[in-house]
Amino acid sequence: MSKILKINGLEKTYTSGAKQLTVLQNITFDVEKGQTFSIVGPSGSGKTTLLGLCAGLDTPNAGNVELCGHDLNTLNEDERAQLRNREVGFIFQNFQLLPTLTTLENVSVPLELQGAKQAAKRGMELLAQVGLADRFHHYPSQLSGGEQQRVALARAFSNSPSILFADEPTGNLDDETGEKVIKLLFDLNKASNTTLVIVTHDLDLANRTQQILRLKGGEIITNQPTVTH
Amino acid sequence: MAWRDAKASRARLLLFTASIILGIAAVVSIQLFRDNLQDNIQSQSKSLMGADYLIDIDETPNERAQAIIDSLNPVASEVNFVSMVAFPKNGGTKLARVRGIEGPFPVYGKMETQPEQASSTYQEEGGALVDATLLLQYGIKPGDSIKVGELTLPIVGSLSSMPGNSAVTSSVAPPVVIPNRLVAKTNLLQFGSRKEYQYFYKATPETDLIELENVIEPMLDAERADLDTHTSTSRRLGRRYENMGKFLNLVAFIALLLGCVGIASSVHIYIREKLKHIAVLKCLGASRKQSFLIYLIQIAGIGILGGVLGGGIGIGIQESFPYILKDFLPFDVEITITTQPIIMGVVLGFLIAVLFALLSLLNTWYVSPLQALRISDTSGSKKPKQAKRIVFTIIIIFLFLFSYWLLRDVTYAMGFVVGMLITFAILAGIATLTMKMIKAWFPKTWGYTTRQSLLNLFRPNNQTLVLIVAIGLGTFLISTLYFTKDILLSKTAVGDSSNSANMIMLDVQPKQTEAIAKTITDNELEVIDNIPLVTMRIHSVKGLDAKAEEQDSTVQIRGWIYNHEFRTTYRDHLMASEEVIAGQWTPEVSNDDVIPISISENVAEDANVTVGDKMVFNVQGVLMETVVGSIRMVDWGQLQLNFNILFPKGVLENAPQFKVLSTKAPTEASSAQLQREIVSNFPNVTIIDLRQVFTIVEDILGKVSWIINFMAFFSIITGVIVLIGSVRTSKHQRIKESVLLRTLGAKNNQILKISALEYLLLGIVGSLVGIVLALVSTLLLALFVFKEPFVPSAIPFLIFLPAISLLVLAIGLSNIRGVLSSSPLEVLRREA
Repeated sequence: MSKILKINGLEKTYTSGAKQLTVLQNITFDVEKGQTFSIVGPSGSGKTTLLGLCAGLDTPNAGNVELCGHDLNTLNEDERAQLRNREVGFIFQNFQLLPTLTTLENVSVPLELQGAKQAAKRGMELLAQVGLADRFHHYPSQLSGGEQQRVALARAFSNSPSILFADEPTGNLDDETGEKVIKLLFDLNKASNTTLVIVTHDLDLANRTQQILRLKGGEIITNQPTVTH
Repeated sequence: MAWRDAKASRARLLLFTASIILGIAAVVSIQLFRDNLQDNIQSQSKSLMGADYLIDIDETPNERAQAIIDSLNPVASEVNFVSMVAFPKNGGTKLARVRGIEGPFPVYGKMETQPEQASSTYQEEGGALVDATLLLQYGIKPGDSIKVGELTLPIVGSLSSMPGNSAVTSSVAPPVVIPNRLVAKTNLLQFGSRKEYQYFYKATPETDLIELENVIEPMLDAERADLDTHTSTSRRLGRRYENMGKFLNLVAFIALLLGCVGIASSVHIYIREKLKHIAVLKCLGASRKQSFLIYLIQIAGIGILGGVLGGGIGIGIQESFPYILKDFLPFDVEITITTQPIIMGVVLGFLIAVLFALLSLLNTWYVSPLQALRISDTSGSKKPKQAKRIVFTIIIIFLFLFSYWLLRDVTYAMGFVVGMLITFAILAGIATLTMKMIKAWFPKTWGYTTRQSLLNLFRPNNQTLVLIVAIGLGTFLISTLYFTKDILLSKTAVGDSSNSANMIMLDVQPKQTEAIAKTITDNELEVIDNIPLVTMRIHSVKGLDAKAEEQDSTVQIRGWIYNHEFRTTYRDHLMASEEVIAGQWTPEVSNDDVIPISISENVAEDANVTVGDKMVFNVQGVLMETVVGSIRMVDWGQLQLNFNILFPKGVLENAPQFKVLSTKAPTEASSAQLQREIVSNFPNVTIIDLRQVFTIVEDILGKVSWIINFMAFFSIITGVIVLIGSVRTSKHQRIKESVLLRTLGAKNNQILKISALEYLLLGIVGSLVGIVLALVSTLLLALFVFKEPFVPSAIPFLIFLPAISLLVLAIGLSNIRGVLSSSPLEVLRREA
């Protein structure tokens, strides 16, 4: 299997006043195309920072990220954005829907940014898949947390991404709703054969993925396949 | 807690503080200057007049008048008239005000001369004191001679200043002081000459000037003389600067209102950002009162601090006013620094800060602790309508009281407040209409970025209403200021002189007319006007003469109507500066007809007459019955000869008269040549060189414009702060949206386009509506406050509209510039 994400010697530090704070160091791992992959660790271990670096949302202080065959260090901000628009899907803990757009418009945004003509049609199909076709004209504020996350799921798959990053996708949901969303996520992922990278502190969720990378204090503790897979 | 919280939010409170400082600085500086001006006028009125009181009369006093004048024992007297003077040394000529003085004038103040003793010796020596600037212009020195009419006398001193002369009047007709006993030798006081006799008095400590005015004034009125006390002079001077005062008050009002809008919008952002903290505090047990007080104390403290700083800046600014306006005012303004402005600044700062922050502060009272737990936006906390209504009412009452304090007029104050409310309502209505229209005609087929921009204008959390109201209000206030400035400046504006006369020859005797016309044509110039002038007085109005009018208290005729010597003319056409507003203009009559005259609007008002009323004139001893045929509106601002009373042709042709001739001299040299020839051959003729008047008027206008522009600039700065505050209201939301779009793959130019179009549209709509509203409000101000005609300038449309739209665009884009140049996570970290 080819590697869709290659991380090599990644390091990230922040400056806080006069002090340098190292959040990530010596991070090296790969993600296979079509694989489901989770990053777990306690709060402050650098999970979300790593996810951001993997998706090109931030730049490392050292090391490099190769996403879908592109070395992110060689791309500028616009080029990284274009790559995300073509190849990447996102799911956030706080859903991150645009409050000024309706459900359908939110789902269509990635395709709209590409200038795709059938954006709305594809948006409706995805809303139907997540069970919200009848709520297409509603605004995010008119939806429950679970519904908002389902819209975010639909949006994440709207551009048929090669890789999908999910940051604590059930963090703001109750168990029952969280379970429904996760089932939907895995179903959609399977149907579209997308690589899935999940950041979570929920070990049950992590165990559903094929590979688990454990972080602590900004360093990799283990990176191994899950037992069930 | 209030202090700790404010310390942590210094940067955010900066906008708020700046709004207060600028608003207060404008009010304090203008109020102080106005008060100082009034104080100075009052305290210097004696020096301005040169006496405690004076009697003036436009003709040689008759016996009865002379008896009154003598009974009061004048200290000094003068006769003054405008005439051309010449310098034999180099042949230079100039229009001057010749003041023939007898006795120790001035009683108060002094004539500043070089050499110093010249002011006390010129009468004995039989010499002249000549305006210092005039001497400088013509290269003349004390010791040279001056020719006044037929009299040539030595110049014994240069005159730097004397009571009653402002730089403006001195520039047009600089003073030349000669001993009164030599006036007759000039041979200039002939028939038709405009002259004035003045008698100066020193009051004893027991003299009650008001009582004196009440007793003597009617007696003098009957003899066509006037009594002026230094207190009435001070009142008159105060009125002269009334329009300027009104304008400056308008500036103060606008600057403070802009400051208030700035306060309201910056506190709105500040409190919105704090609501979650307040919810947390409430979760931790803070009472509503405690959380409300934390922010109320902060706001009040900043209001007081802003008031102190604004007061300080205001004092600094007003110190510069007298320097800039020194040529405009006939006296020196001494600025005194008192504690009053600081107190005023502090009180005003406190009041406006608390009042205009109150609506936002109410949020802290009603915010639910539950919001600390909710993910949703916290801006939507509901305030009871009653609390809102109470705050609005208090704000309106404050605005009314503040306007009243500034304008000292209930009607104007009401007008201003109602005008502001209407403006506010119209702006809000237009913002709502804009949203509805975009929604109704949404262009579904347009590109994504355009559609996203337009969606932002009416979708949830849009800033259309807030921004259109804030931009519109700011533009409205600034444009109103600009248009108002136009009204004031156009009052004295110099018309296009390319086709009109620039030299006017007054007091031409009929027998001189032909010779002077020939002198003009010999100089290869054209005689443009040859206007006959007939002097007359009003004998009776509607059958009532001056005495009858005096005895009948129900008759409303102003005193000057009977006392004034009117210079009238006759012709068969109207001029461009005249417009008939009532009745019908009769161009010509035959001898047996009733004489239908045309009178100016102000005479109609002061004489309390209308079309069809009878007026009898005393034309050099002959009574002439006329009827008011028409009333004209005259544009007195035009630099040309305009008349209060106009006769048709066929009536006055044989009456004693003199002429006014005019020509256009294309160059300074040709003007000087003609002046030299006329002055040497016809010394009684007065020449007004309008070229000089144009320059002087332009110079004065330049100075007044400077002050006006400076204050307008001050308001614009406040306006920009308001704008920054308003656009910043949605900064965090817009950044969040842009980062999300960036995360989903939006490129720089897509994010840029979405924001740019949104802000550009808001800027254009807001500023356009603001300018149009300003146009309407200025028209109303022109009609009801300034009582001047209004011809709007295109500048607000050509400059303000694009400039403000681009400014909104720039501020809007500056909000998201971080998103464009940084990675999404970096932006989110900074904003966290």
